[in-house]
Amino acid sequence: MTDHDDDHDHGHDHGHHHHGIDDPAHPHNAPLTDVQLRVRALESLLIEKGLVDPAALDALIDTYETKVGPRNGALVVARAWTDPAFKQQLLADATRALADLGFIGRQGEDMIVVENTASVHHLVVCTLCSCYPWPVLGLPPVWYKSAPYRARAVIDPRGVLRELGVELPNDVEVRVWDSTAELRYLVLPRRPDGTEGMTEDELAALVTRDAMIGTAVVRAPAGRQGAKATGPEAPR
Amino acid sequence: MNGAHDLGGMHGFGPVEVEPDEPVFHADWERRAFALTLAMGAWRRWNLDMSRSAREQMAPAEYLATSYYEHWLFGVLRLLPEHGFASPDEIARVERGEPAPGAQAPPQDGALRAEGVARMLGNRRAARLDDPVPPRFQVGQAVVARNVHPTGHTRLPRYVRGRRGEVAIDHGVFIFPDTHAAGQGTRPQHVYSVRFTARELWGPDAPARDTVHVDLWDDYLEVAP
Repeated sequence: MTDHDDDHDHGHDHGHHHHGIDDPAHPHNAPLTDVQLRVRALESLLIEKGLVDPAALDALIDTYETKVGPRNGALVVARAWTDPAFKQQLLADATRALADLGFIGRQGEDMIVVENTASVHHLVVCTLCSCYPWPVLGLPPVWYKSAPYRARAVIDPRGVLRELGVELPNDVEVRVWDSTAELRYLVLPRRPDGTEGMTEDELAALVTRDAMIGTAVVRAPAGRQGAKATGPEAPR
Repeated sequence: MNGAHDLGGMHGFGPVEVEPDEPVFHADWERRAFALTLAMGAWRRWNLDMSRSAREQMAPAEYLATSYYEHWLFGVLRLLPEHGFASPDEIARVERGEPAPGAQAPPQDGALRAEGVARMLGNRRAARLDDPVPPRFQVGQAVVARNVHPTGHTRLPRYVRGRRGEVAIDHGVFIFPDTHAAGQGTRPQHVYSVRFTARELWGPDAPARDTVHVDLWDDYLEVAP
């Protein structure tokens, strides 16, 4: 897998957008911020004491920047859409089904997969911190860890969904999963109408990170939408 | 503890802002803070519940004003002296942003090495235990989340305390975070997914069909009257 497949959940037509204090558009000789200085000082202390190996730090970072990300989850979803036996196993024992694909590990040791249907829409949050299924989705995006999402997902999930472009009818149950324990949740989105005949790889390319958290739905490619789309994708 | 981290149900934070094509890290210090925290965790001197508990010690106003990896940095800077990895003076120098004066040392035996990273991240056992502890509650049973306010670490969010729900799933036996975070053992017990109606949590104006499922331990629950 390539890094851009893993880092980004939506297509490849945008460049990398860097934000924040090491923005390459900013001069490199700009003074270091307080937090940059503290992290640098901490790293030098731990290296001086022989407590960390810089090569191990690089390997940890590389794993989540280039190897483990939401493309893993998208493959799982596409497989479930095309292989009924796998889907049954995934819903019955997600940990085992995912382990069989190699998607097991830290922050994904005990997995639950919940299926969106015409009557239930699932949404995953961690109100207390940032629990998230790393082996299938990688590290969580900032918004998932942010106060607005953690505060509102449980009290106003429909408001959050509406802002993100997902409007659900009142007869659909919104079922929020607050990840307070060591279970990690992955949403199996609905397969969009108009995708009949598409291959597993083609389907996986449609599946976004946010659809597997439950803040988006999966759309068919332009021109293939069925008559009954359940809602638009999160706006870009 | 009733800290700023327990955010469920609060108002006033504004909209959820999704960044298109978001990078995994937004700055190099975030990469290093992430990796340093995992690499020091690999010494296994503290557990995940202790890590969360350490981050929760940040003062509420500061917690809400800082970013996610600043919480991680705060947590590891508390844990290092508590577990004998660094002296208070050394941590004070880090807090002032002063690099360590000594030379780079070869990693000690026991430090996470690059070749050990995949194995460490491939962990298959976390908080689930094999202890044959019987469940106190059955699927379908009505329960009430205890109205308690522990000053230490807990995974019982404020918004469910005192609320009535129904056991939806018995997840099996897990480490109990409240004691584990305090170094007082694993206290093995069942964790359940408890279903609360949105109306039970938020009142009659909430949508009639909506629910919130929260993973709760035996010790957080009572039989519903």
